[in-house]
Amino acid sequence: MLEVMGLGKTYGEGERATRAIADVSFKVDEGEFVCVVGPSGCGKTTLLRCMSGLLQPSAGRVLLDGRQIDGPPEQVGFVFQEYSRSLLPWMSVRENIALPLRHKRLTKNERARHVEEAVGSVGLTGFIDHYPWELSGGMQQRVAIARALAYQPEILLMDEPFASVDAQTRADLEDLVLRVRTAYGVTVLFVTHDIDEAVYLGDRVIVLTSAPTQVHEILEVDLPEPRDQVETKELPEFTHMRAHIFRAIKRRQPAETAT
Amino acid sequence: MRNPLRRVLLILLEVAVPAAVVAAWWVWSANADSFYFPPLAEILRTFADTWVFERVGNDVVPSLVRLGAGFAIAVAVSIPLGTVLGLSTVVRRVSEPIIEFVRAIPPPALLPFAILVLGVGDTMKIFIIAVVCLWPVLLNTIDGVRGVDHTMLETARVYRVRGLERLRRVVWPAALPQIFAGMRTSLSLALILMVISEMVASTRGIGYFVLQSQRSFDIPEMWTGILLLGLLGYLLNAGFALVERRVLRWHRGARASALQ
Repeated sequence: MLEVMGLGKTYGEGERATRAIADVSFKVDEGEFVCVVGPSGCGKTTLLRCMSGLLQPSAGRVLLDGRQIDGPPEQVGFVFQEYSRSLLPWMSVRENIALPLRHKRLTKNERARHVEEAVGSVGLTGFIDHYPWELSGGMQQRVAIARALAYQPEILLMDEPFASVDAQTRADLEDLVLRVRTAYGVTVLFVTHDIDEAVYLGDRVIVLTSAPTQVHEILEVDLPEPRDQVETKELPEFTHMRAHIFRAIKRRQPAETAT
Repeated sequence: MRNPLRRVLLILLEVAVPAAVVAAWWVWSANADSFYFPPLAEILRTFADTWVFERVGNDVVPSLVRLGAGFAIAVAVSIPLGTVLGLSTVVRRVSEPIIEFVRAIPPPALLPFAILVLGVGDTMKIFIIAVVCLWPVLLNTIDGVRGVDHTMLETARVYRVRGLERLRRVVWPAALPQIFAGMRTSLSLALILMVISEMVASTRGIGYFVLQSQRSFDIPEMWTGILLLGLLGYLLNAGFALVERRVLRWHRGARASALQ
């Protein structure tokens, strides 16, 4: 469904050029939940931006359903890490979620239904007419997720969406994403620097090297569904996989240049 | 500010200090016996005789119409223009030297030219007010449009919000706090230029009235004009602040929550 072929990205030109991504290739199949982990500063966000059409890759191609991406496609929803800046403070929750739907061919009733369903699925029904700044950080990120869902994307790209919420909220949001993914039948590509999160959420985990980035390893996660914050994380398979990825990332990253 | 007693005290002070100043003026001017500073009681009596409501149609209304028209034209021109300049680096680069130069000309210096070309009527006065009000709104619009948060613009791109929709729902609201700041500055300038333009060439208007009273040694009348102008400026600002509070309610809320 989504295919990354020999993708490379270099910032700047000449001697000052920095190679963020060297050569990355992988596939995401329909309905899959794929997590991308790598050491900090390894170009995960750059990769995701190239995949969403926000950024033009320097080399290689990104194909969505066999067609090359050269701008944000309609089938892609995006959840930013900076929820407070991605939601528009002059719009209520309802208006924020409805904004991307305005140019879709929908009747007024359909649009309202999409918005209300999405708000319901993230558990914010009572807050639909609040403003984002009246909500907590975790709730704001729920609004951003609802906005992406109401857009009815085939694939949802998430850029470290839970990096700036507290641990408890984070666990809740992880389970929320797993639930809505099933409910909406959406394919998810989830970028994170948190190894536990990647293993807990993913059907597959793509481990990246530090910059210039390459794919280090692609792992199938063979943990029972549905995942559970306590039981899944207790399993020896979970611990084993987590340790495996941890070593892979640490070994590849020289200690003195840890950024 | 959380302490209610302290708040009540502050409000009392806010009322009490101006009242004390007026009282002091009253007492001092009552015995001053100065031709230039007539007793406040006399000024107020003249104020009632002059402005309630005899000269309102003749002087106040024309003045306010000029001010309103000039201000409205300035806003209507500078928001679209500022948007274009803010969005396009090329256009901005090309026009920046011209803008900086024209802006540096002291507005009253344009009066002789304006009288020459537009005559001494309302058109000239509205033109002068509009030219002066243009700059604060224009520069603030440019800045506001340029400064829209990067993540917001990327959000608009990802969700394919484009064209006029992008302007109306994303760019303009984001720039609005700054545009309003420019408009507030412009409003004060509008009042100043209204008075100046009416003093130079006019047969009606509050500025004309003040100058005319001075020339015919009607000193209390002159003072009533000055008081009226102060009052108008105060009310205009208060009215504007009221509109701003309503329109930018989200801005105050968002800022307050960001500071927590």
